[in-house]
Amino acid sequence: MDKKKLGYWLFFIALFLGPLYLTEFRLALMGKFLCFAIVALGICLIWGYTGILSLGHGVYFGLGAYCTAMYLKLESAGGELPDFMEWSGVSALPAFWQPFSNPVFALGASLVIPALLAAMLGFLTFKNRIKGVYFSLISQAVVVVFVTLFVAKQDWTGGTNGLTNFTTFLGISLSSPLVQIALYMLTVITLGISFALASRLTNSRAGRVLSAIRDGENRVRFLGFNPTSYKVFVYSLSAALAGLAGTLFVLQVGLISPAMMGIIPSIEMVLWVAVGGRHSLIGAILGAVIVNSAKSFFSETYPDIWSIFLGLLFIIVVMFLPNGLVGMVQSWKDKRKKSKQKGGTANATDSVVS
Amino acid sequence: MAVVITQIFNGISLGSILLLIALGLAITFGLMNVINMAHGEFIMAGAYTTYVVQQAFSQYVPESFFNYYYVAAIPLSFLIGALLGFVLEKTLIRFLYHRPLDSLLATWGVSLILQQVARSIFGAPNVAVTSPAWLDGGIAIAGAVLPYKRLFIIALVTICMISLYLYLDKTAAGRKMRAVTMNRSMASSLGVSTKKVDAAAFAIGSGLAGVAGCALTVLGPIGSTIGTYYIVDAFMIVILGGIGSLIGTVFGALSVGMLGTIAEFWTGASMAKVIVFVAIIAFLQYKPAGLFSARTRSLE
Repeated sequence: MDKKKLGYWLFFIALFLGPLYLTEFRLALMGKFLCFAIVALGICLIWGYTGILSLGHGVYFGLGAYCTAMYLKLESAGGELPDFMEWSGVSALPAFWQPFSNPVFALGASLVIPALLAAMLGFLTFKNRIKGVYFSLISQAVVVVFVTLFVAKQDWTGGTNGLTNFTTFLGISLSSPLVQIALYMLTVITLGISFALASRLTNSRAGRVLSAIRDGENRVRFLGFNPTSYKVFVYSLSAALAGLAGTLFVLQVGLISPAMMGIIPSIEMVLWVAVGGRHSLIGAILGAVIVNSAKSFFSETYPDIWSIFLGLLFIIVVMFLPNGLVGMVQSWKDKRKKSKQKGGTANATDSVVS
Repeated sequence: MAVVITQIFNGISLGSILLLIALGLAITFGLMNVINMAHGEFIMAGAYTTYVVQQAFSQYVPESFFNYYYVAAIPLSFLIGALLGFVLEKTLIRFLYHRPLDSLLATWGVSLILQQVARSIFGAPNVAVTSPAWLDGGIAIAGAVLPYKRLFIIALVTICMISLYLYLDKTAAGRKMRAVTMNRSMASSLGVSTKKVDAAAFAIGSGLAGVAGCALTVLGPIGSTIGTYYIVDAFMIVILGGIGSLIGTVFGALSVGMLGTIAEFWTGASMAKVIVFVAIIAFLQYKPAGLFSARTRSLE
């Protein structure tokens, strides 16, 4: 176990020292991927550990990003109306925009709003015992609602273009390389803390209840637990993680638009976790980084192949690697251990049985 | 008066389009409990089949017959959809019957691949299908014009509904299908080959998607994303109607169509979509099993 912990420490320290060995361009990409890794952690908690498949995490990611982006937009406008509002003929700042001129409120809202929305939605659906694929499809409908709303209300949200053209954050210029490095390190630290908290949670009693809900919700209910409150808790926690990731994302990338919270990005988030290994938190992080690296490699060189590759990845992971890359490594290790015990002779019947 | 008639007609028309799309899902999702995210791409396949048939007719068939290409396109779209569905069931879905969430993800992958394949074959821009001349125009009732195209879709969906009902209720194969839906292991021990039934049911549901795609070509140009546009709506309709209930799907589609057109009349297209989805989600909180749910005492 301690060896594992040491490995995690080394992994995060290696990430933290990224600015030393990555070019500016690669560092910016890596920072983006690590934001996605935070989302993946949240999805791993609800899907891998609790068995809730949410196809709507793009919304929580987007809401978090928009909250921060609204603040950035107001700061860049310097007390005047944001540019897109002038273009669409709005004369005064809408009331709900006003509190977002305060950075503390905006950053707080980027965590609280996704968590509250998830808690509300989760409370209703889980209390009414809507689960499994029905919940997944409903969460997808929620994505449709939000994306349509954000596109349609162009004068309030910037429409399809989203919010962009930010200059400063708390008075510091966002474009300077030093700030980018600082934001990258902040992302690594946030990811590390989220990982530590998530693994704490999964190893606790509550974490065991979560896995029990995944394996047999009714049994958990009959044993006197209330699955609804556990599910609502873990669902809003993962939404808050997605919102946090959205904030870090918008600070580094400087853009958020409805296209980044749509159905396809939301389901891609699930794929990251599936590729890495749905039952493993570190797998979720690795999956997010690996899939996105592959995506940027493929879409740079062969844009057409990417969606076919993505499709194949879905099929291959589901059919042959249900526990993802981590599961593959694990079973390979188990096999090696077994063959060592038998004096290096793994016989054929053994592999058939397992 | 004319406005009211137009609105009601538009509602029924939108409902019938949604029903045509949801009907296939009502079988694969409602009866068989398989989430097939590639259903939308079967719609796309049907639409492109119609496009190909039209192209073939305009090239190889005397011009006087061109108007009848549609008659050939409908069964062909069904066959293409059914074939795709059959292949998908045999290669992928039958391994995932006990893992519904996984079949959702795998079929999503299939849908991405099919879309890209369609883009590679037919190009990224949308293509227009010239609808046959006998579908142009419409009849006027009390000042409102009811286009033939929309009436045709209503007729088509009615025919599909009736034949589906007859198949499920009056033929041996259909009754076997219902038996498997109700109690798989009991049907199996009474000698019904569940594997064959699964494949047949999936092929029929997918074939209906192909027909839906064929019908969509008369409404506007078609592209590789035509299926994604409707797929979420269709799933919500099946859930709203109640899983395993065909009549529920009919009512679900019609009420969504009506609500959609009324909301659109007052607020505009995108807000209407928001209102409809919020209404469905809210309704499911009140009745989680949908409009017409089979009464059951089972826990799961």
